[in-house]
Amino acid sequence: MNNAKTPQNKRDRSASYAPQSRESRSRVLKRVAGYLLEHKPTVILCFVMMLVSNILALAAPKLSQKAIDAIEPGVGAVAFDKVFLYCALMIVFYLISAILSYILAVTMVKLSQKIVYTMRRQLFNHLTELPVGYFDTHATGEIISRISYDIDTVNASLSHDLLQICASTVTVVGSLAMMISISPVLLSVFVITVPMSIIYTKHRSGKARPLFKRRSQKLGELNGYAEEMLSGQKTVKAYGREKVITERFDERNLEAVNAYYASEHHTAVVGPTVNFINNFSLSLVTMLGGIFYLFHILNSTGEMSVLPVFTITLGGVSAFVQYSRKFAGPINEFANIISELQSACAAAEKVFAVIDEAPETPDADSAETLDDVSGEVGLENVRFGYDESRVIIKDLSLKAEKGNIIAIVGPTGAGKTTIINLLMRFYDINDGKITVDGKEIRNITRDSLRRAYTMVLQETWLFHGTIFENITYGREGATREEVIRAAKMAHIHSYIESLPDGYDTVLSDDGVNISKGHKQLITIARAMLADAPMLILDEATSNVDSRTEQRIQAAMYKLMEGRTCFVIAHRLSTIQNADTILVVKDGNVIEQGNHESLMSQKGFYFSLYNSQFDS
Amino acid sequence: MKLLFETLKPYKWFIFLTLTIKSAATLVELAIPYILSYILDDVVPTKNVRNIVMWGVMMVICSALALIGNVVANRMTARVTRKTSRRIRHRLFERTLTLSSAQIDRFTVPSLESRLTSDTYHVHGFLGMSMRMGVRAPLLLIGGVIVTATLDPVLTLVMLIVMPLISVSVWVITQRGIPLFKQSQRSLDSMIRIVREDSQGIRVIKALSKTDYERRKYDGANKRLVKDETRASMTMSASNPLVTFILNFGLVAVVLVGAFRVNSDLTQTGKIIAFIQYFTIISNAMIGITRIFVHSSKGIASMQRIAEVVNTEEDLRTESEEKYPPRADRKHIVFDDVSFSYIGKKDNLSHISFSLERGQTLGIIGATGSGKTTLTQLLMRFYDVGEGAVYIDGRDVRTIPADELRSKFGVVMQNDFIYHGTVADNIDFGRDIPPERIKRAAELAQAAEFIELFPEKYEHTLTSKGTNISGGQKQRILISRALAANPEILVLDDSSSALDYKTDAALRRSIRENLGETTTVVVAQRVSSIMNADLILVLDEGKIIGAGKHGELLESCDIYREISESQIGGAFVE
Repeated sequence: MNNAKTPQNKRDRSASYAPQSRESRSRVLKRVAGYLLEHKPTVILCFVMMLVSNILALAAPKLSQKAIDAIEPGVGAVAFDKVFLYCALMIVFYLISAILSYILAVTMVKLSQKIVYTMRRQLFNHLTELPVGYFDTHATGEIISRISYDIDTVNASLSHDLLQICASTVTVVGSLAMMISISPVLLSVFVITVPMSIIYTKHRSGKARPLFKRRSQKLGELNGYAEEMLSGQKTVKAYGREKVITERFDERNLEAVNAYYASEHHTAVVGPTVNFINNFSLSLVTMLGGIFYLFHILNSTGEMSVLPVFTITLGGVSAFVQYSRKFAGPINEFANIISELQSACAAAEKVFAVIDEAPETPDADSAETLDDVSGEVGLENVRFGYDESRVIIKDLSLKAEKGNIIAIVGPTGAGKTTIINLLMRFYDINDGKITVDGKEIRNITRDSLRRAYTMVLQETWLFHGTIFENITYGREGATREEVIRAAKMAHIHSYIESLPDGYDTVLSDDGVNISKGHKQLITIARAMLADAPMLILDEATSNVDSRTEQRIQAAMYKLMEGRTCFVIAHRLSTIQNADTILVVKDGNVIEQGNHESLMSQKGFYFSLYNSQFDS
Repeated sequence: MKLLFETLKPYKWFIFLTLTIKSAATLVELAIPYILSYILDDVVPTKNVRNIVMWGVMMVICSALALIGNVVANRMTARVTRKTSRRIRHRLFERTLTLSSAQIDRFTVPSLESRLTSDTYHVHGFLGMSMRMGVRAPLLLIGGVIVTATLDPVLTLVMLIVMPLISVSVWVITQRGIPLFKQSQRSLDSMIRIVREDSQGIRVIKALSKTDYERRKYDGANKRLVKDETRASMTMSASNPLVTFILNFGLVAVVLVGAFRVNSDLTQTGKIIAFIQYFTIISNAMIGITRIFVHSSKGIASMQRIAEVVNTEEDLRTESEEKYPPRADRKHIVFDDVSFSYIGKKDNLSHISFSLERGQTLGIIGATGSGKTTLTQLLMRFYDVGEGAVYIDGRDVRTIPADELRSKFGVVMQNDFIYHGTVADNIDFGRDIPPERIKRAAELAQAAEFIELFPEKYEHTLTSKGTNISGGQKQRILISRALAANPEILVLDDSSSALDYKTDAALRRSIRENLGETTTVVVAQRVSSIMNADLILVLDEGKIIGAGKHGELLESCDIYREISESQIGGAFVE
């Protein structure tokens, strides 16, 4: 609840990722690998192609060495047959390697997209199975970042890092082998420089991690602040607070750019240093290579006799230098890849956490479908709490006959919606039972139970689509005439007709600016079309002004006729006519009865009723 | 781009210095392969090991100099980007807040948000990248070409032949890739939209048993996204193997042509080796330059989006009294035959006239979309009237400086905002109001009772949008904010809808009794909230269809009577 603590929590949480137990990490990895293994043949094919293409690319400098050696004898003595042969071979090798790596890249794209598709589908399908409580306690943005950002991170790592690791390993091992074959002694240079780079990158990335974390945290805070203030821009203007708010923004901006600077100041060293180490090894290789080449010349002229291991040809030096560049590259990359893998693991863990979230308890095998509902609803000694330790409804019993109106009244936030949640079985009760037509709702399939109700809520929900689609959402296949009839009953028809595209107007976030009141009328039209035997109205007309409300009154009454209705309302006429009134306060049903009996009790209802006359 | 240069201007010498250091470091680095070829071709034949070692040490020194220069230059770059990002963001945010409502409607809030967040971020990245790479890559390219030309001009030509080939293929691929990526971005948006909608409407979906339908809908979006992403990535996958192959092809050509030239004594083998070295440098520079181009198109686009906002001309300027002369009567608020339209088509308000004395209360009632909120926004000059004029104390609002005008008001708007911060902070709203006054305002607004129940009272932290308090509590905190500075004019736009009748009545009583000098404008759905007003306006489709006191309107205005009858003794608890 307390937002001031969130950054702290975040830090705690991310910190807990670091010493994440080896066991849990390996479990996550195994699960991720499971997705890959579903496509075993493709994975194996990819691996083979990667191996071949890398080996071919590795072989090429060796060929160029041979070619240069063939050139070396000098003026008029170049062995052209050899030069041509090796050059042709180089082209062939490079070409095959390029084709293979293209096919490989394409296959990997397809493979990773297949995996992403599966993960997204699994995640979404699971989301639809989760109890509504999950959505009450998790921010929409959070859910979205699971299904987009986190899955993408896992995917990027799968398709890029894993392959990269394999490829780098091949390159490192291959170039090492090549360098040994050229000159094992020259290789000794790397005994110095390779540990240097490894230690250095490890040390640096260890230091960089907290800086980067801080940087993205500060940027997030800045963005959050900007978004928050923009949403209240009119208020800021109304109070003329632009200066103060800008100053506050500046503070956060400064923190953000400083965090950025800190990380950039730090990384400014990494690239040049790695470059330096590479250049340093190059210098050593050149020095030693030069000397060995000298020995080679002296040996061939007979001026000196040096062991062949200490000699090298000119082409050898050239090839060695090329391999040494290839060799140094991936070693420096490893540190990056490992940290990327870590973040992919963390992302995968978050995705799996949603997939592992307990779904709504599935319907019992013996569950019946509810047909031809007449609409008798009974609650017997119902006991419920969202949290079992905090019971909200202690002992509620109620009997609603077909066509009854049950009104639920009470101050805002008193828990009126809880009762609706139980009727629709969005939550299961802790004790007692709820029946529809005498059947326990836990023995009925959820689908058929929910279909028996039509619901109009205070919070209007419309989706991106035409008005027509939105109205027919509760009853697919309704004809245009039926839709128009429902819209007319809800007094929204003439408004819809006044829109440029009428019923085919697309409702979108940034498109037609349609008021809250109109949105609510559309949801009422949807309910009117859905035609279920029972009705739930949760402050259904709260956004409609009283005149329109009066106009649709008749239609609402018609809708309620013959149906069992649960109404959360503020209209006295509805409440007065209700067969049963439940008075809810602080989460408890404190009074129950009809208007007359409650008035004569002179309790909370009585005082609420009278308060409207003070002014 | 003008804006960017303007922002960079104060740092021009610093940037110049940075780029000079960077160039020097790059040149030093370029010397390394040169020395390599010198050792192999010229030093080794002297058969002097000491010379070989000496030149080797030279290479190490060059490497070290390059290291130092690059680190210094990179850090200096980071300093420049820090300063410029900070200034650009500041200017953008400041301008965004001072945009007029009409301008904001035109930009839309989500778009302004993304300009402030992702666009400033792109510009930052672009600046750093062009300072780090913008010098290095072209210098490496040009320097590399010059050095190779001195080594062997003919081989240089051979090598340069492949460059246009690379440029063309990279260009073609990115040209094809960019629209594909845009397309997949759109598909991603629609996939996310479904997730967002469904998370918000899960109750309705479950209530109507539409989960299967939603799954199918999502599956469609998921498939489309996968298809688009695959297409885009597949197109881009071609670029790496292709560029690598062309480069390697050039390499082979150099070896081949080199062989002929060695044979004719036009060059030496060592030069070919050096050439291969430079070739790698030059080709990396080529790849770097294409990357800069891709990034800069993004950065420039973002900079343009920022400049659009910053350079938006100020409207709603303070006008002169000659142009809009004051009125002789000094009534507190006067609307004189005001008409207004948001988009210039249909009038949203037409021919509105009324006046209020200081301390009076105006009630406005009417159907959804009848222009109630618009009227209050014209009073505060969020928009300028189309015709007629709005006067406060006899002065046309267009002649009152914005600061002065705003300081007169205390406002609660529909869906007004609570931000992340303490209760006291939310009431104070950056106005440095003393704590006693804040407390007093909360008492008047009937908020004190629940605030006192928070463990930390006025220091209790509210979440963004006030998700940790109820609707009624939110409204009372907003009203406290409006009352805190003892406003001359109090505007309450449907701001007590979540209060129960008892609290609403107590609130009205306390405003009446304690803020006698304040003129109040109340927009309401409930008749009871305005029935005691000195003047009630009944609006319908932008026109006044009834004006007067409660009693008079009951007689004269059918619609008012209808509303009233439906509510008095009709409306109940909420």
